[in-house]
Amino acid sequence: MKAKVYVTLKSGVLDPQGQAVGRTLGKLGYEGVKGVRIGKYVEIDLEGDDPKLAEEQVTKMCNELIANTVMENFRVEID
Amino acid sequence: MAHFGVIRFPGSNCDDDALHIVNTVLADRGSTGEILWHKEHSVGQVDGLIVPGGFSYGDYLRAGSMAAHAPIMESVKAFAKSGGPVIGICNGFQILCESGLLEGALTRNASLRFICKDIYCRVEGRPTPFTKTIPAGRHIRIPIAHAEGCYRHPDVERLEGEAQVIFRYCDAEGNVTADANPNGSVNNIAGICNAAGNVVGLMPHPERACEAVLGRGGIDGLSLFESVLDSLANSGVAR
Repeated sequence: MKAKVYVTLKSGVLDPQGQAVGRTLGKLGYEGVKGVRIGKYVEIDLEGDDPKLAEEQVTKMCNELIANTVMENFRVEID
Repeated sequence: MAHFGVIRFPGSNCDDDALHIVNTVLADRGSTGEILWHKEHSVGQVDGLIVPGGFSYGDYLRAGSMAAHAPIMESVKAFAKSGGPVIGICNGFQILCESGLLEGALTRNASLRFICKDIYCRVEGRPTPFTKTIPAGRHIRIPIAHAEGCYRHPDVERLEGEAQVIFRYCDAEGNVTADANPNGSVNNIAGICNAAGNVVGLMPHPERACEAVLGRGGIDGLSLFESVLDSLANSGVAR
């Protein structure tokens, strides 16, 4: 089984990286870019075949290490 | 007499600087120190702990996130819980936040640049072992050197209310202004302490401003180390 984890900055947390990418997109001529937020994508290969258990396990991993919940949100998908 | 442990992670690079302060610069005050490897499970018999700067574990995932789970950290937490003085400098501050010993988080500088320069910061907040002997409101000049020093806290008003903000970026006259904020930290916060006051973290490097022959010649950083020596001497507790 594969877990896909999306880590994103909470709204309100300054994302200077996203802002820089947004500005550069503007310079490249892309109009209508209202904002860019940059996050992380993590893939985890897991043993076992119980998606519910896997989701619980990966959620625990995110809270403990993969995301810093002071400034980040995360979403877990199990494939 | 006071003995300090300086924790070394793979990628620490201010560990020897910190050790030099407690072992050599302050030797005539009876201070000694030793390096503690991150794989140790005990900090041993120390009176104070220094979590130094650097790039522990290459800053993988987030600065300090891996080091926060190193074997020695359980013992660091126990030492902090028992009231022992702990200071985290730069990457050490990031590690203490990631480990939950300090509140909040440090993220990319608003400018996205690595900033290495002398700054001023005002010493305030509640007394801590590292700032007790520094008169409240005094501002000191010490260098910063970081790319991820933008301090965030989900409830900064509470942190302020509890007087846990210990260092605040200011200008040369001691005024806290937006221009004096090098990295976008909320409320110009450069350093904080825990609720008990014995664990302190700051982005600036006091260990780099302790000898007149180095850097720009300022020795304002020494005041933090002298303060902890004084508070250990006055507490009279042999650990």
